[in-house]
This record gives sequence, C-alpha cells and structure tokens, in this order.
Amino acid sequence: MTMTASQKLTQIRSELRTEEAEIINDKMIINMGPSHPATHGTVKFVLTLDGETVDDVDITIGYLHRGFEKMAEAGTWQQVLPYTDRLNYVSPLINNVGYVGAVEKLWGVEITPRAKYIRMLISELSRMTDHLTSIAAGALELGGFTPFLYGVEAREALYPLVEELTGARLTTSYTRIGGLAKDIPDGYEQHMNTALAHVEGLMIKVDKLLTKNRIFYDRMMHTGVLSQEDAISSGCTGVMLRCTGVDWDLRKHQPYLAYDELDFDVIVGSRGDNYDRYLCRMEELGQSVKMIRQIFKQMPKGPINVGDWKVCLPPKDAVYNSIEGMIAHFKLVTEGHQVPPGEAYFAVEGGNGEVGFHVVSQGNGRPYRVKVRPPCFYAMGILKKMLVGHMLADIIPTFDTLNMIGGEVDR
Amino acid sequence: MSQSLIDLLRTVKPTAIVGSSVAAGDATVIVVREQLLDVMTFLRDDPRCRMDVLIDVTAVDYSEYDPALRHAVTPLDAGNSAGLPRFEVVYHLLSMPHRQRIRVKVALPDDDCHVQTMCSLWISANWGEREAYDMFGVQFDGHPDLRRVLMYEEFVGHPLRKDFAQRGYQPLVPMPNLADYADNEIYR
Repeated sequence: MTMTASQKLTQIRSELRTEEAEIINDKMIINMGPSHPATHGTVKFVLTLDGETVDDVDITIGYLHRGFEKMAEAGTWQQVLPYTDRLNYVSPLINNVGYVGAVEKLWGVEITPRAKYIRMLISELSRMTDHLTSIAAGALELGGFTPFLYGVEAREALYPLVEELTGARLTTSYTRIGGLAKDIPDGYEQHMNTALAHVEGLMIKVDKLLTKNRIFYDRMMHTGVLSQEDAISSGCTGVMLRCTGVDWDLRKHQPYLAYDELDFDVIVGSRGDNYDRYLCRMEELGQSVKMIRQIFKQMPKGPINVGDWKVCLPPKDAVYNSIEGMIAHFKLVTEGHQVPPGEAYFAVEGGNGEVGFHVVSQGNGRPYRVKVRPPCFYAMGILKKMLVGHMLADIIPTFDTLNMIGGEVDR
Repeated sequence: MSQSLIDLLRTVKPTAIVGSSVAAGDATVIVVREQLLDVMTFLRDDPRCRMDVLIDVTAVDYSEYDPALRHAVTPLDAGNSAGLPRFEVVYHLLSMPHRQRIRVKVALPDDDCHVQTMCSLWISANWGEREAYDMFGVQFDGHPDLRRVLMYEEFVGHPLRKDFAQRGYQPLVPMPNLADYADNEIYR
C-alpha cells in the first residue's frame, strides 16, 4: 500500500508525538546540593523534574547542626554567648543582643540608656552586613560578578568597624548580661561616617547595575511569589513577610531597646516576589544608614553597664582593691548569673526576620533550656510551595532572596 | 493587656485552662491536651484574639528540674491534681493586629507523649512540630509528614532529652543498597 506524501507526514508526526510524550512523562530526579555553586547555604534539594518544571521537591536541612541548644545547657548563662555568634554568622551582633535581651527580660534587668543605643547601633550595623551579603551573593548567583564585588567591598568597609568595636569581625561576643563588653572607642563616629559614605557610594553603583538590568529584572520579577496568607500562616517574618505587603516590623510595632525614639520607615512590598525582596533589602540598607546617623546624634552619655555587681562584673579597680569587688567577681565567674527560676521569650528584628530566644531557668546559674527561633527555619518550611510548579532556574533567585543562613537554621 | 486575654480564655473555655501566669512580661496558659486544638482554633479565629502567627513550637524536658521550683515555669491552678508530667510542648503565638503575644503550654507524660497536630491551623506548625519530634520524640497525631528535620533519618535517640548524653557516639550508617534504587521504577 502506497502512502501519499501528506499521509506519510501525518504518520511521522504522530510517531514523533508519541516519542515526545514518553520523554515528557519520564520524570527526572536531581539532587541539588548540599553544596552547590549557585546557592549560598548548605541545603539539599531532591527535585523531581517534569522537563524544566519542578514537580516536587524535598528540602533537607541540618547539615550545619552543631547542637547549639544542647551545648547551651552545659555552661553558665554567659558561656552561651559565644555560641550565639555562630547562629547567623553574617549578623552575629544581632544574635548577641537577642540572647542577652532574653536573659535580662527573665531577670528583670533594665540596662542603661547608653547601652541601649550602642545595642541599636550594632544591630543596624549587622543588618547592613546581612542585607549586603544577601544582595551581593544573589547578584553573583545570577551571573553579576561586578555587583557582587561592590557589595562585598561595602561589607568590607563595615567589618573593620565591627572589629574596631569588638575585636573580631565575625565572632564578636560583644554584649554582656546587663551591658556591653566595652564602650565605643574614640573617633568611632568619624570612622563610621567615612565608611557609611563609602557604602552609600557603592550602593548607588549596585543599584545602577542591578535594579533596571534586563537579565536581573526578568529573573527576579514574578518569580518565587509568596502570597500574604501563606507568609503569615507559615510564620515568615522580616523581609519575607514585608515583601507581601504586611506592615510588620518588630522595631516599629513592638519596639525593644530604644527604637521608639528613632525616626525610620518600615519598607513594605506589594507583589511578594523576588524582585520585591531585593528592593526591600536595598531600601532597608538606606534606612539603617539613616538610623545609625540618628543614633550617634542622640546617644546619651553615661555608664554602659548596670551598677549591680550581681549582674555585671565589677570594674577592675574594685576587683583588685576591695574585698567586696573581688568576691563579686569570683562568684559571678564561678557560679554564673543567678537568674531566677522561670521562663521568658524575647525577640528582636534580625536580618532575616524575628530572631527569638526562649530561655528557661532553674535558678542555679545555668540555663535549663535555650531555644532559638530562627527566622529562616520557618521560611524554609514554605519554600517548597514557592518552588513547586515553577521553573528549575527560579530556584536560584528564590533561594537567594530567602537568604537562608545555615548556622541559624540548623543550629 | 496580657491578663485580659487570659481572663477571656478562662471565661470562654473554663474547662480547658488549668493554669496561667503573667511573668517577666509574658502571658502563659496551660491547656489540657484534649482541648488544645479547640483552644488554638479559638485563639486564631476569635476577633478578640486573632493570633494569626504561630511563631514557634518547641518542647521542654523537665525531668531534671527541681519539683519545688516547678510553679515558676508550670503555674498550675491551686487544687489541680494533674501532677507535673515530664514534657511540655510550648507554642508561642503572635497577634499582629493586636500586637500581642501568648505562650500556650500543654503537659505530656513520659509514657504517653503525643498531642494533636496544629498543621490544620498554621503552616508553620509543620516544620516546628517536626523539630520538636526530632529533638524530644513528641508524637504529633495527624501530622502529614512527621520526619526528622535537623538530624538524619538513621539517628538514634532524641538529643534534647535530658537523659541523652552530652558526649557519645552514634552507630555508623550503612551504605544504601544501590539495587534498591535500580528497582525503583523512577530510576529505570
């Protein structure tokens, strides 16, 4: 039987379609991570792909689990502090502030006005390094190497200030229960102003390179969309929540330290996509700069530590020259802070959202339980919903703007 | 303000609340296990509460806590004979419209360590409860995906229980059998 040319063509087409259908029905499983060059953060995605569309994803965290909460139960209250540096390691100072804040809340300690202002200063400084890391690394993962270098240069302008203040760039351990390790050094404001001017210049460059960049825009706009209901129900906080249009910032709406004395705006998005999260971070950087300048203007003079020797170590002069000072120092170091029995939950606005500490005390100088509420942990819980049904390539910007920090999620 | 919320709960759900306190600026209520879902639904949906965010789920193992001091963390009502069980599951709720927080606790005995899941009310309960299960071995009835989240699947024990040693070794995990993968139709 002979076929006409058109019949033959129809037959070939139908065969092709069957083959095509088989290929499409064949789902592919890909392991992405735990260490992947296009993600910052140690996490494993087991992806079921239908072509280039993500059909299902299983997210595995826990690769940086170090047992923070178990270790915290082994030492004294003050000995937990260095571990908190390692939670969110791009903004360690905020964790320091949050942890001692929880202990002080349980104990009913009211810190001095100057300590409050310095704690706000270091919080905003850390928020800037956190947002800069997120923006810079995100640009790199989408192929923009120059904005990455600008972002990292800006961060490098800020790290020396952290070092000048605390003695370390990342492992700061700067706060103390009832105060701070030391006061700000001479000439600090001037160094800060120089650095901030440098950072602002770099941010303009990053903004010019990224915000209206066609490639960047297309990959960020309308990808990784999070609805407002999902954001609230899944416990998202910080930029993840605000990008969906919810006006909620702990600094504004449940002010701690002296944030109610500062003038700043809460940056709110509207679409809940990656581009909104990027814009929110850029704007919050500007707000942080503004707040740091205000903090220096308004900072009161006075002591940084509370005068109670049961809460803060006595000054060295008293330790070496008086028996009371010596005893107070000895007891505080060997027996730990005598935090009364009870429990408290204290939250601060971290780089990624609400960093909460739930502390339980038994009154014997040691924490009975310290629970960290990491903002990224709950954001990771909703990530699956943001990825499924979208393209494989969208994972990169979505995971980047979520800004998962392994040390904080896995603890 | 915290006290008024507790009073409201005690009026509306008198049998569900067995203890409450306002200490260190936090409101705490202790709820009987059987009525937890009921109380949580009320807290989320009632216009006077509107606890729209489940901020955190965790548990505490009180097995080494001094019983003489337990009233500081477990403020049971006078005359309550429920005893002081070993575990407590702790839920931190936040109401963004009312700018208010509350801590809800439910006590669980060692030999009967399970509680209803809150996954039907908040998405965040999913991962939060997985973590509490992973770290303490608390079973959440009706949870859709109760797997370990921080530790790996083959891990033995629940590390944040007080009887779990600070130092120790875990058994080695055997290599996965590649034949199992070959039999799986999706890899063929």
